[in-house]
Amino acid sequence: MEHIRTTKVEQVKLLDRFSTSNKSLTGTLYLTATHLLFIDSHQKETWILHHHIASVEKLALTTSGCPLVIQCKNFRIVHFIVPRERDCHDIYNSLLQLSKQAKYEDLYAFSYNPKQNDSERLQGWQLIDLAEEYKRMGVPNPHWQLSDANREYKICETYPRELYVPRIASKPIIVGSSKFRSKGRFPVLSYYHQEKEAAICRCSQPLSGFSARCLEDEHLLQAISKANPVNRYMYVVDTRPKHRMQSWWATQKDIGRIIVRISSKIWNDEKIRESDERKRLNAMANRAAGKGYENEDNYSNIRFQFVGIENIHVMRSSLQKLLEVNGTKGLSVNDFYSGLENSGWLRHIKAVMDAAIFLAKAIMIENASVLVHCSDGWDRTSQVCSLGSLLLDSYYRTIKGFMVLIEKDWISFGHKFSERCGHLDGDPKEVSPVFTQFLECVWHLTEQFPQAFEFNEAFLLQIHEHIHSCQFGNFLGNCQKEREELKLKEKTYSLWPFLLDDQKKYLNPLYSSKSQRFTVLEPNTVSFNFKFWRNMYHQFDRTLHPRQSVFNIIMNMNEQNKQLEKDIQDLESKIKQCKNKQSDGVLTKELLHSVHPESSALKTSLCLKEQTLLPVNDALRTIEGSNPADNRYCDYTEEFSKAEPGVVSLEYGVARMTC
Amino acid sequence: MEFSELIRTGRAQAELLPGPEEAPLRGTLCVTGHHLLLSPGPPSTPDLWLLLLRSVDSIEKRVAGDSGTITLRCKDLRVLQLDIEGVEATLDIARSIEALSSLESVITSFPFFYRPKGLRLGDAWHFHPPERYYKRVARETNAWRLSEVNQDFSLCSSYPRAVIVPRAVDDDALAQCARFRQGGRFPVLCYHHAPSGTVLLRSSQPLTGPQKRRCAEDEDLLRAVLTGARPGAQGFIVDTRSSQAAKQARMTGGGTEAKAAYPGWKRLHRPLERGRALQESFVRLVEACGDTEQSMDRWLSRLEGCRWLAHVKEALSTACLAAQGMEREGACILVHGAEGTDSTLLVTSLTQLILDPLSRTITGFQELVEREWIQAGHPFQLRCAHSAFSHTRPKHEAPTFLLFLDCVWQLGRQFPLSLEFGEGLLLALFEHAYASPFGTFLCNSEKERCLCEVRTRTHSLWSGLNQPKEQRKLRNPLYVPNPLAIWPSVEPQSLRLWQGLFLRWTRPPEPSEVAWEKVWQIVTEREKTGDSAHSFCLSSQPKQ
Repeated sequence: MEHIRTTKVEQVKLLDRFSTSNKSLTGTLYLTATHLLFIDSHQKETWILHHHIASVEKLALTTSGCPLVIQCKNFRIVHFIVPRERDCHDIYNSLLQLSKQAKYEDLYAFSYNPKQNDSERLQGWQLIDLAEEYKRMGVPNPHWQLSDANREYKICETYPRELYVPRIASKPIIVGSSKFRSKGRFPVLSYYHQEKEAAICRCSQPLSGFSARCLEDEHLLQAISKANPVNRYMYVVDTRPKHRMQSWWATQKDIGRIIVRISSKIWNDEKIRESDERKRLNAMANRAAGKGYENEDNYSNIRFQFVGIENIHVMRSSLQKLLEVNGTKGLSVNDFYSGLENSGWLRHIKAVMDAAIFLAKAIMIENASVLVHCSDGWDRTSQVCSLGSLLLDSYYRTIKGFMVLIEKDWISFGHKFSERCGHLDGDPKEVSPVFTQFLECVWHLTEQFPQAFEFNEAFLLQIHEHIHSCQFGNFLGNCQKEREELKLKEKTYSLWPFLLDDQKKYLNPLYSSKSQRFTVLEPNTVSFNFKFWRNMYHQFDRTLHPRQSVFNIIMNMNEQNKQLEKDIQDLESKIKQCKNKQSDGVLTKELLHSVHPESSALKTSLCLKEQTLLPVNDALRTIEGSNPADNRYCDYTEEFSKAEPGVVSLEYGVARMTC
Repeated sequence: MEFSELIRTGRAQAELLPGPEEAPLRGTLCVTGHHLLLSPGPPSTPDLWLLLLRSVDSIEKRVAGDSGTITLRCKDLRVLQLDIEGVEATLDIARSIEALSSLESVITSFPFFYRPKGLRLGDAWHFHPPERYYKRVARETNAWRLSEVNQDFSLCSSYPRAVIVPRAVDDDALAQCARFRQGGRFPVLCYHHAPSGTVLLRSSQPLTGPQKRRCAEDEDLLRAVLTGARPGAQGFIVDTRSSQAAKQARMTGGGTEAKAAYPGWKRLHRPLERGRALQESFVRLVEACGDTEQSMDRWLSRLEGCRWLAHVKEALSTACLAAQGMEREGACILVHGAEGTDSTLLVTSLTQLILDPLSRTITGFQELVEREWIQAGHPFQLRCAHSAFSHTRPKHEAPTFLLFLDCVWQLGRQFPLSLEFGEGLLLALFEHAYASPFGTFLCNSEKERCLCEVRTRTHSLWSGLNQPKEQRKLRNPLYVPNPLAIWPSVEPQSLRLWQGLFLRWTRPPEPSEVAWEKVWQIVTEREKTGDSAHSFCLSSQPKQ
């Protein structure tokens, strides 16, 4: 609270982001401990959580006041004009402080109280049980077992305590392999395909940069391929682009033999760094970083595959470019598409999708196990493993299953949510939209398979909202160990039960769970099928949305169907009762009385026509009938008053002169 | 029959590869005067595969060994491959198809021979005559009359027999106006917007020429429009050319209305793409859509480069401008470009769709297409002679009507509950505009249609479409009448490529169709349960 100097500013203008005519709403801005709130003259409220704020910018003073531009992580952009510069300055400073917290304990989740008692809170955390999930997949089994090697986080700090490994992999092998892998992230089971007895495994890159080999690691990979009784060879999928690895490999060969002697540990040695000659070496080796990919000669039965997903920095700047294009006022169609192309965003999404499809095909068609890694095995690896599982297993396409998938492949395997989402004031270079890309891939799948998912777009958007909101404990911290240290389960709430309670909002009315066709999804990744996800990147720019929502109306119809069917059953059973008792006139009357109050659903269905003209549920996405005032061409009004272009007035002038 | 001379080989053994998702079909290939048939022979099913020769846009032949391959690219953007036994047969069939698909004569075209069961010839006369629309206008205002001055098409060859004009202007004045407008297309009413009492008019450019000619009758007519609307009403002339182009048109005898001559009217220039440039845009888009191997970057840059969506945006925003003027400013709008038969109609028809709830129903939309495109003299025969695949140099081809359909599709996507028809109707109109067994889109104007006796000797597409069995394909199951104007967003982020048309044959039709089937199911279920619940209530009530 000490950061808040001004809590209320009146006569603040909220500009329309896309209007070319500086159209605005006037209202009052409030600053609370957790939110920024704007209430306009129509009493419409705009709430912005401090944690959602990605950047605050104060623009040069104008005649109408001091402009303040706030960009949010959920892609909301608001443009305020504060009449007095002093107020603007105060708010600006407060927001800078409030949006960037230094300690986890200052995040919203630690103060958020949804009025639940401790047992409810605990129940909430127990909703998703990963042990249960592995059981569902069919492990442990004769080939795979639970390893206690990491029980105390001794081998790998960023992995969960419970890891599944091939039964024949002994503890020394695991320990040996973990020393050979970056950050100790040795190969473990991510998804087990019961029917094919094939597995998706994940790890980080090997530290094989100096042609070293690690027998334990080779053993562990052998163990994984042996755990598949059907197919002995396995794929190792390196999710990084091959060209990058090749250029790295080339540099490595250039430095050649000198470097072989030097193990990666020595690079940390200050003394060596001082020497000039070694500085040069250091620079080259830093590029190599002493890490790389497995040497094919040392591993038998393995096929290597590169799938070309770019690193977090490329992704971050790609999104940045995309957002810049989108934010342009009066954007032309051509600028939009060339911007979309230049950002490379859809190309990256396609790369992730292609990698996941490769996984699914390896398992379904070749019956082969797959080991996935990138550099550290927590970004691209998480994307590819989770998306691959989603293609293979229809359970992950249900609401509950999707939560499990995120818990498993993202949260428990140590995707660094806090760093990637910038929860705390940290290194901006660690921020990257890796999880957003995953959600976008899932959205593309829902577009291609409208009946295969139990959840809808709103569910994805809601999850995206909460990875940044810091309102719930699930996404705080960077790995399970850190989360335990923060005592999140005691101090914060889990998001999942709240989403489940609101399930109705997130159901896909077209979902058909029984359809056999959709056990394994085979998406088509022809370029045409990738579209700009307007509802994500323009979620809050309601003028760009379709004016009516098909989704809501189908949802309503489905509800009514159910209600009406229930009514009919009730009525039928009552009629039967009547017939049994027969002849009693009083009963029919009673029946009739009971009919009318109950047929409320019927009434709603009959007046559906009026109903649907009113905004349904989410006022943001259903502006029925719409209003030209919401659109850009309302700016044409100016054109009406200006009308005649320059050439014409000249002509008119000439005409007058000749008269 | 002269067709027989063009058919070099009537029969051959062939295998048809209809597309990547469908199974090949083997059988005997026959070329008839109007069709290409493939009959799979007695042992298999009696299914007959059939293609209207008129819908072949380009044909490519390749021979190798003792067989050949013909690739047919159709006007509805489908690509078919035929593997034919025998080199001679291949070449002969290719030549026959080529000759038959490019026949120019209207009266020997298939609609004159098509006699489907269950339809009565001559029905077409009853569909949407100008009188019907006038009745509606007359109910709303008294300022307009139906003039039969063009009874024998002498005033304007591209207008219908009857047009709606201001009551204050007599037929003689109209004759003078017609002389002052290119092609005789004097300003006529196309829509009366009852809520604001304003009107939408269209015409062609005035023939001011380099001498800046004026025409008193034309000026009177436009003055009468304003006084007829309400005293002090304003008018806007939406010129679909740039002001530069409009000025240049004077050199060739055209031009624009001078401000001084038309008090109360202001001119707005909203340049829309037309003619060859539009056709090129269409060709390039279809080309890009045919390449499934291209990278994401290449696809996006081709999508940008073809500019099709930019044209969609321009057309929609110009229509919004006109609609805005009528609804919000209470102004009358006159739309014209040069000839007034292309972009003009695009704007006026879209404007009506935005403003008029009736035009968003199935019959209303058919009426709109009939009135604003067919009867208004859009030269379908010239514009739709070839589609995107043709190798011949485009002369008069332009996909203006397709652009209109695309804009309607965009409206439907943004207002999924407000149009009574679905994508199916738009696709059907696209197909039939380019090649059809029905006579509706034949010829370039009412005059030509009259000369060819199209209306009495061919069947109307509308009676074909309005058969009950077609309904499910055409209807929007979620339609709820919306009495308000529908204002679309024209931001590039809100516009999408019409996949259902441009990628219709490149991607498997599932699963979006499956999803729509499910929507239908939900809707009909709701109606059923609703009905039975209703009848329950009714049946229990009389006992009371």
